Amino acid sequence: MTLQPHLIRRLWLAIKAPLDGPLMLFLGLIFALSLVVLYSANNQGLDKIDNKLVYTLLSLTIMWLLARSRPQSIMNFAPPIYGIGVVLLLAVHFKGVTVNGSTRWLELGITRIQPSEIMKIALPMMLAWFFQKYELSMRWWHYLVAAVMIAIPCALVLKQPDLGTTMLIAASGFFVLFFVGLPWKVILGGMVAAGASMPVVWNMLHDYQRRRVMTMIDPMEDPLGAGYHIIQSMIAIGSGGPWGKGWLNGTQTHLDYIPERTTDFIFAVYSEEFGLIGNIVLVILYTLVLSRAMMITAGAQTLYGRAMAGAITLSFFVYAFVNMGMVAGILPVVGVPLPFVSYGGTATVTLFVGMGMLMSIGNARR
Amino acid sequence: MRPTRFKNPQAEDGQFQLRLIVAYCFMLLMFCILIARFVWLQVYQYEHFATLAQNNRISLLPILPNRGLIMDRNGVILAQNYSAYTLELVPSKMPDMNATIAELAKLVNITPRDEKLFRKLLAESKDFESIPLKVKLTEEEAARVAANAWRYPGVEVKARLFRDYPYKELTSHVLGYIGRINQKDQERLDDEDKTTNYKGSNYIGKTGLEAVYEDDLHGQVGFEEVETDSGGRAIRSLRRTPPVNGNNLKLALDIRLQEVADKLFGNRRGALVAIDPQSGGVLAFLSKPGFDPNLFIDGIDSQSWAALNNDWQKPMINRALRGTYPPGSTFKPFMSMAALETHSIGMHDIRPAPAFFTLPGSSHQFRDSNKNGNGSANLAKAIQVSSDTFFYKLAWDMGIDKIAPTVGQFGLGRPTGIDLDGEASGVLPTKEWKAKRFARYKEEYRRWYPADVVSIGIGQGFNAYTPLQMANAVAILANDGVAYKPHLVQEVVDAKSGKSRLVEAKPDRILPFKQENFEYVKSAMQSVLKPGGTAWRLGIGLPYTMAGKTGTAQVVAIKQGAKYNASALAEQYRDHSWFVAFAPVDKPRIAVAIIVENAGFGAAAAAPIARGLFDYYMTGKVPNSISGDMKTVPMDTADDSAATSD
Repeated sequence: MTLQPHLIRRLWLAIKAPLDGPLMLFLGLIFALSLVVLYSANNQGLDKIDNKLVYTLLSLTIMWLLARSRPQSIMNFAPPIYGIGVVLLLAVHFKGVTVNGSTRWLELGITRIQPSEIMKIALPMMLAWFFQKYELSMRWWHYLVAAVMIAIPCALVLKQPDLGTTMLIAASGFFVLFFVGLPWKVILGGMVAAGASMPVVWNMLHDYQRRRVMTMIDPMEDPLGAGYHIIQSMIAIGSGGPWGKGWLNGTQTHLDYIPERTTDFIFAVYSEEFGLIGNIVLVILYTLVLSRAMMITAGAQTLYGRAMAGAITLSFFVYAFVNMGMVAGILPVVGVPLPFVSYGGTATVTLFVGMGMLMSIGNARR
Repeated sequence: MRPTRFKNPQAEDGQFQLRLIVAYCFMLLMFCILIARFVWLQVYQYEHFATLAQNNRISLLPILPNRGLIMDRNGVILAQNYSAYTLELVPSKMPDMNATIAELAKLVNITPRDEKLFRKLLAESKDFESIPLKVKLTEEEAARVAANAWRYPGVEVKARLFRDYPYKELTSHVLGYIGRINQKDQERLDDEDKTTNYKGSNYIGKTGLEAVYEDDLHGQVGFEEVETDSGGRAIRSLRRTPPVNGNNLKLALDIRLQEVADKLFGNRRGALVAIDPQSGGVLAFLSKPGFDPNLFIDGIDSQSWAALNNDWQKPMINRALRGTYPPGSTFKPFMSMAALETHSIGMHDIRPAPAFFTLPGSSHQFRDSNKNGNGSANLAKAIQVSSDTFFYKLAWDMGIDKIAPTVGQFGLGRPTGIDLDGEASGVLPTKEWKAKRFARYKEEYRRWYPADVVSIGIGQGFNAYTPLQMANAVAILANDGVAYKPHLVQEVVDAKSGKSRLVEAKPDRILPFKQENFEYVKSAMQSVLKPGGTAWRLGIGLPYTMAGKTGTAQVVAIKQGAKYNASALAEQYRDHSWFVAFAPVDKPRIAVAIIVENAGFGAAAAAPIARGLFDYYMTGKVPNSISGDMKTVPMDTADDSAATSD
């Protein structure tokens, strides 16, 4: 069988059709950058690059499938996905695998999954579905029901314990509420209440969580203990200077001073080798992705579409900001990967699922 | 109204767009904060973090210099280094130290003493330092541990250089010893800004020449700059600054002469210092008994320490350097110099030398050692027969102000400046000294009595000098007043260039005394070894010229009318036996001061040692009494010299 040029062309058009051009361009640039950094972070090993290509291709396929679906049909899956998510979280609670003192994983024979990751998408979907369904008969108590929907997975993830993911899940739920019109006075009141309840929350935190917060405030207090990682990554960033040490030349990276350097701390590697200039380029790329996502959100036709697209966009921002902020020492250390750059299949799938849904919403208005 | 409250498409649309803008602005603001943080870290704090990264990356590994060797004047090595394996532990790398030690004990023989020493070092060291558990492993032990070391993290077999003093007791009071750097040493190094040079060093000179010449012997530490990863593993070497080995010391001391002296002493206590009068080089320097300095290198165990400390013979005391004794009659030649120089007596004046001397208006009898007295004598005769009454009277006539300044010129009563630490000053009695010494006592104790000078005249009373001072004084006298500073080290041989730095052979000072007075006293001392002299036996068969003076120093005062009876006194209270001598009389090559503690008359105990010593030094003949025990002199040479002189 020979491939005719026009067949290739038609295939290409079919693939391209549901995808959002600008978004694909910006994501492609970030992805290219991530391969360059990963090669360095992995001490020039190609194994992780191969893996990353494989799971990215898989994620892209899922994204493509989602992008060509109608938002309406995706929306209908919300309740079962949310339900399954909660069940899996309960399963983790009772039969999960414990690593480093926290129970986050579920052993499925061939692979391990982290159900809290599913919740990052399932919760905003569920809420958006819920508000869409009752759009015309909204009462104040619908917000209470929504609050319970947020509270259930959050409580389960907090028990694991996994404070970072809990906050990300809670944030994604809050973003939905924000875009469906939660009154400003409730938002502001909530902020005040949250501020006032800080001491209570502080007492409920685990020791290691408190340590992380303290470490962020003053990493030098315990330079060889809790503060070690954050000090070493700050040294990596700072010593990168305005222009960076050059690709493959980061001493902090290659002498093993940066912890988790292919995953959560990959930004320190990037920053050491590419400097301030590199950081600004990456932040601009993220801003471009966010801007395009914002445009899609602004053009969404349904309440579900607005809420879901807005939540995906803001969540994406939160991941990027929290990760870079943590590595730069202005936020506590929580396990948040740098979107599209950190090595790790699960997080990537989640991100591309979000992107697929976003494109689907974007396509719906045409 | 109610439904529209929640569903107003127009208003809702506007509200949604507003919230979108708020969210967008919020995101941009947060990214700006992030960028500001990057600018702060990467531009304003760049230097700071770049330095930290550099410090992370590079660590300096010290490379130890080899400690300088110490050898005698003929190149015989007295302090050396040898390489041996040690079993060392790094506590910070060990999960369970006690369990590991128990396991290691199955591989090598770890004695309770080893473990005790290890615990002591552990308490003094930092966690990440390598601490020896067992030093000087045999080849077999080293192989056994090395083969199993992988099973025990933090356990290493290292090759290290160890110090060794092959002559042990013979050189203990000259060389001293090195020992582990303790808290006090460390503080001193910090104060002197030498901490860097001692990176990785475990040992430092503690006493003796090892301490005095520490800077020369230690050398300059080298460094290897290595790139290290976060686990502290060296990845690659960046730069190497080689160490500069310590300088070698070449002594004036002759170890064979030292051994001859030691063997002649036998088991007796005392000290001997022999000096080359024409250079000040110390030829022999002995304090008996000595101790084995090798015990101290890696920390002495408490048992050996207690044994040394509780020994009534006090082997740790350097008698030659720190022991102060009344010189007894060996003081008389210097007394004579003072009398001649101050014109208190003429060379040919004949004066009485009766059995006892009494002060005007007093019944106290200052007795002569010869119970019948010596009739009458001139100064030379008084030296030859060692007349006490002659010198009592002479001292009484002169007074202390005429004695002390002249005697002081010979270096008595003050440190000689030898290259050893802790030298005692001794006491050259003067009126000022007495007032100061007894400042806190009543006036009657502080005051100088005219009678104080009488016993000083025969080297008793307040007189107290070290054997080193006496040897130095005799050397100055023998050399007609040309004084050199006594020194043990003759040459410092630079390890790098091989060049020698000689101790300057320039007189320290020249005594402003008349040559004829020197000649007179020296010839009187020569007559001591001639018929009629107190050491006449020593002069029999002398193949070279020799001058000397016997002395007997009282340890306890004998009551008026009582008689000194050695056998009735406990050994510690018996008189000390002194002898000072030099040879040959013209152009002297060796001057010596010998004290044998509690051994009685100078002529009996100390003088024969001087003869044996001089015979060896002048003729190479090892005295027959000890020739079988000598270790430093090859047997064939000893036999040859014995054969030729017989």
